[in-house]
Amino acid sequence: MTSTTPRQTASRPETLAIDSAVVGDILVGFVRNEVRKVGFERVVVGLSGGVDSALSAAIACMALGPDNVLPILMPYRTSSSASEADARLVCQHLGMTPAVIDISPQVDAYFERFPDADRGRRGNKMARERMTILYDMSWAHGALVIGTSNKTELLLGYGTVFGDMASALNPLGDLYKTQVFALARSMDLPRTVIDKAPSADLWEGQSDEEELGFGYSLVDSVLYHMVDERCTKAELRSLGFEDAFVDDVARRVRGSQYKRRPPIIAKLSARTIDREFRYPRDWGT
Amino acid sequence: MTLTEARPAADVALASGPHAQRAATGTDPERTDVIVALAQVAPRLGDVAANLDRHLELIDQAATGGAALVVFPELSLTGYFLKDLVPEVALREQSDQLQRLAAASATVDVVAGCVLESDDARFYNASLYMAGGRIHHVHRKVYLPTYGLFDEARYMAQGDRFRAFAAPMDAAAPSRPWQAGILICEDMWHPTAAALLARDGIELFLCPSSSPGRGVVSGHALGTARSYDAMTRTYAQLFTSYLVYCNRVGFEDGVGFWGGSRVVAPDGRLLDEPAANHEQLVLHRIDRGAVRRARIANPLLRDERHDVNDAETDRLKARNTRD
Repeated sequence: MTSTTPRQTASRPETLAIDSAVVGDILVGFVRNEVRKVGFERVVVGLSGGVDSALSAAIACMALGPDNVLPILMPYRTSSSASEADARLVCQHLGMTPAVIDISPQVDAYFERFPDADRGRRGNKMARERMTILYDMSWAHGALVIGTSNKTELLLGYGTVFGDMASALNPLGDLYKTQVFALARSMDLPRTVIDKAPSADLWEGQSDEEELGFGYSLVDSVLYHMVDERCTKAELRSLGFEDAFVDDVARRVRGSQYKRRPPIIAKLSARTIDREFRYPRDWGT
Repeated sequence: MTLTEARPAADVALASGPHAQRAATGTDPERTDVIVALAQVAPRLGDVAANLDRHLELIDQAATGGAALVVFPELSLTGYFLKDLVPEVALREQSDQLQRLAAASATVDVVAGCVLESDDARFYNASLYMAGGRIHHVHRKVYLPTYGLFDEARYMAQGDRFRAFAAPMDAAAPSRPWQAGILICEDMWHPTAAALLARDGIELFLCPSSSPGRGVVSGHALGTARSYDAMTRTYAQLFTSYLVYCNRVGFEDGVGFWGGSRVVAPDGRLLDEPAANHEQLVLHRIDRGAVRRARIANPLLRDERHDVNDAETDRLKARNTRD
C-alpha cells in the first residue's frame, strides 16, 4: 500500500456539509417509493453494529415502519461481541426485532478444504455468505434487500463485489462516510454506534482507516473535489492535497470501476443488453 | 381509476392569501381573473393508460374547483426517464388517448406533456395546450438536455420554435384570451427563450417541468429548488408576466423529483409558498389587472430596444457567417 502523509490543511469538511432534513426526506421517500412500487412492503437489512447499516435501517424504519424492517445480525465467531451488542442497541432504539444467524458453521465448513486461505479470502467469503443469507431472507419474508454501502467505499472499491455491495436498493450510495456520520447524528442514532472507529469487523481489530491508510474526513474531501467538483490535479494541489495521495486515491477509483458496473457482455447483435437495449430499471412498475 | 396506497388522492386546495378568494359564479364580461390549477403529479413510468386516467380525474377536480386552466408537468402522460420506451409510449395528435384528453378540455383548458410522434417518425418532448375539446397549441421542447443525468437528445428530436398563442381560458368567464407561451423545463435555462416569448407578447409563462432534485451539499435546501426559485422569480419580474411552474413529484430509478410548483406574479412575488413535495392539485387565482399594474410600475417591455437587439443580432450573425 502506498504510504502517504497528506497535509491536514487539505481537509475541508465544510464542503461536505449537508442539509440533513432535506437529505433525510429524500432518502425516506426513496425507500418508501422504490420498495412499494415494485409491490413490496418489507425490507431486510444486514445489521453489523456499524453506522452505515444503522443509518440504512433507520431510514427504512421511517419509510416503512419498524415492523416492516427485518434486521439480520450475522456474526462470525471472531466478530467483536461489542459489534453485536451495538447492533442490538440499534434494534432496540428503532423498535425492530432482530434475527441472529451465526455464519461460522457455513464459513468454517468451506475453509476446512482450504485451511491456508488468507484473511482477505476469508473476509470476502464472509461477506458473500452474508449476502446469500440476506437474499434467502428476502425470498422467505417477501422483503427487498436494503444496501448499506456509502459513496466513499463504493468509489474506493472498499467492499466485496457480490458481497456487501449487493442489494436491491441502496439509500446511502451517494453519501460520503463523513455525511453518513452527519445524517446519523441528526437522526439521533446511539452515540456508541456513531463514535466508534469504523470497521468491517472481518477479523479482530480491523480498522477501516488503518487498512486504507488515511482518514475518512481527508479522503472524503479529496473524493468530493475530484469526483463531484471535477477539480484538476493542479487545483487539488492548490487545495493542499499532495500529489502522491491524489494519485493513490485516483488509482483506487479507477481500479475498482469493475465493481460498480454489471458484468460486461460480448457484443454480437445489433441490440445488446445495456448498450442499445436501454430501459429504466423502474420499467413496468 | 382505483388509487393505490402509493398514489393517494391528491389534496385539492385553493391557495390561501389575498390573490386566491373563492371563484365567483356566473359570467362577467369585465372580469380579468381566472383560476389556474397546478396538477403536481407523480406519473407512472411508461404507463400511459394509468396516467391518462389520472389526468381525467384531476381535470374533473380542477373544473369542479372553478379552474379555467389545469397545468400538468413535463411528460405527464409518460414519466421522464423513458430511454428506449420513448417510441413505445409515443402518441400521435390523432391518437385515441390524446383525443380523449382533448375532449376533456371542453370544460377546462389543459396543458399536458407527452412524447409526440410526427408523421416522419420523430419523437418530441411536447406540451400540448388543449381547449374547447381540441388541441389548440403544441410546444415541442427546443432545449433537450443531454449531459449529466440527462439523455434527452439521444432519444428525442428538438423543437424549433417559441411562439406566443392565445389561451382562451374561458371556461368560467368568457373574456379576452390570455397571451401565453410554453417553456418546458430546460427551455427555461435559456433566457433567450423567455425573451422571445415576451417579445411575442405573452403575459403568462406556462412552464411544465420534470426537474430531478439534486445538490444537497451546500447546506441550504435543495440546489435545484434554489435555481428554479431564482429563475421563476426573475423571469416573472423582468418580463412583467405571470409564471406558472408545475414540476412533478415521485421517484424514477432512485431519482427524486422535488415538486415545488408555484405561480409567480408579474412583480416577481410568489402567490403562495411553493407546493410541498407530494401529489396535489393546487389552485391559484391570476388577474390580468396585476399584469397591467406591474407594467405601469415597471414599463420594461415598453422600453425594450428591439432595434438595438436586432442590430446587434445582425452584427453577430454576420460575424458568425464570416467565421
